[in-house]
Amino acid sequence: MRAERIFNAMFWLYLVVFAAYLFTPLIIMGAASFNESRFPTVIPWQGTTTEWFAAMWADAAMWQSLWTSVLVAVCVVVIVVPVGTAAALVLTSLHARARSFAYAVMVSPLLTPGVVIGISTLILWRQMGVGGGVFLIVLAQSTFIICYVMLMVMARLQRFDRTQEEAALGLGASRVMVFRRVTLPFLRPALVASAGLAVLQSIENYNTTLFVRGFETPLTVFIATKVRTGLTPAVNALALIIIVATVIGAIAYEVARRRRAA
Amino acid sequence: MGDLKNRFGPGLSTIFLILVLFWLAVMVLAPNLMMIDYALRPNLPPAALGGPDDTYTLSNILYLAGEPTHRAIFFKTIWASGLVAAVTFAVCYPIAFWMAQRATTGQLAIALMLIIIPFFINEVLRTLAWFIILAYRGPLNAVLMNIGLIEAPIRWQGNGGVLAAMVYAYILFMLLPIYNAIESLEKAQIEAARDLGASRWRIHTRVVIPHAKAGIATGFVFTFMLAAGSYVAPALLGSPGSRWFTEIIYNWFFEGGDWNRGAAYALVLLVLCLAVVLVTLRLFRVNLTDVAK
Repeated sequence: MRAERIFNAMFWLYLVVFAAYLFTPLIIMGAASFNESRFPTVIPWQGTTTEWFAAMWADAAMWQSLWTSVLVAVCVVVIVVPVGTAAALVLTSLHARARSFAYAVMVSPLLTPGVVIGISTLILWRQMGVGGGVFLIVLAQSTFIICYVMLMVMARLQRFDRTQEEAALGLGASRVMVFRRVTLPFLRPALVASAGLAVLQSIENYNTTLFVRGFETPLTVFIATKVRTGLTPAVNALALIIIVATVIGAIAYEVARRRRAA
Repeated sequence: MGDLKNRFGPGLSTIFLILVLFWLAVMVLAPNLMMIDYALRPNLPPAALGGPDDTYTLSNILYLAGEPTHRAIFFKTIWASGLVAAVTFAVCYPIAFWMAQRATTGQLAIALMLIIIPFFINEVLRTLAWFIILAYRGPLNAVLMNIGLIEAPIRWQGNGGVLAAMVYAYILFMLLPIYNAIESLEKAQIEAARDLGASRWRIHTRVVIPHAKAGIATGFVFTFMLAAGSYVAPALLGSPGSRWFTEIIYNWFFEGGDWNRGAAYALVLLVLCLAVVLVTLRLFRVNLTDVAK
């Protein structure tokens, strides 16, 4: 029994270390945005200040990059939600053999490294005279974000009772009407969730975006460039705001989901 | 196809098919074919395009095999990505087991939330967090010197820093599939093994791990692929001595100005990742359908 107790103590220690590994980096990064030191750190603490938030707020380049990221994310959602839904519907109506082949093709962008998606998109469109920029960023990001939408819609479709569609048809609804009034409302939660996921995936993407960005500087590229060329706690202030916003968003989404489920 | 038309009528099914074909043809297939085409052609000045030298050649790929620095970085990227996957597995397995088999419902809910929160935060910011911690005059060195473990600051940037940040970045991709797999294991099986006198080690190697092998394979595949294709962690946390294959590809495109060679290198990376995925799935006898969930 003593061995058991030692083992348990060691296990709880591991859990504590694991939690520390997960959160210390984020806490230190957030805390450093309140330190007066020019390089973001927490040791030594040179005095508490909010000047870095003001510096970040006044940075026109930051606003420009935020605008680029938001624009890209909106365009991505407009593309990926319809295409991903169509892909899920097409895939679920295929027969077993064709389905497993089509499935492999359709999830292949998820198994392709992000840099390769960016590179291949860049090369194809250069042939047609289109260079990197918002258009190619949207296209390259959509290539793999569509897969996430497709998988989420497919998961929801598995619980769909097809007799509902047949009942509507039997009651005289047209096929378009069945889709609009029966299938689509059923899929709604998955569509909303996948739109949210798409925004998150788009804004946080770096590997793919880097190759197709042309002269644009989306938020992630902006931050990475700052880290290399002159990191000040203003970047930490930005990071902290993004983190707080994402965490609040995630919690709000989860609360809404639970309320619906209950 | 007939089923689709039956269900949604000709108009809607045509729209669906056009959308899907546009995605697969224009966004997935065509870019990859063009990349292969680029990879197999020499880098010529515009005047020579279409001329006698504009033929298919393996020279760009052979260049990678012949250039010792690039070759070394390529192999290093492979084994380092394998190492990232192995370390991530070691870090995640105990907690995945605990969450799936031992934790109470309340503990599980808290653990899941705590693990998922950091992964809502984007990879560049997570890397930035490590950049700050591992800085030469940063908190980690200060703490270690204060408690007397080291006498002078250590340069963490380089292989160590890249490893720490990558393991950190991919925990969720390893943890969730393993957790899902272990969760479906009946507690009675573990108890039966214990009652029959199996040691803790043996319970894991003979009961839990075989049961969870699909989840483990999924975790490995994703972690390896993400690590091998990662650019941000090596770019921000690496040192000149710890270059990553993706950095070389980037240089061909935006510094070396040889897109053909860059395309060839990217193609090699793609083939490597697909090979690792297929071989791992074969080895563990896992279906692709179980992977992408």
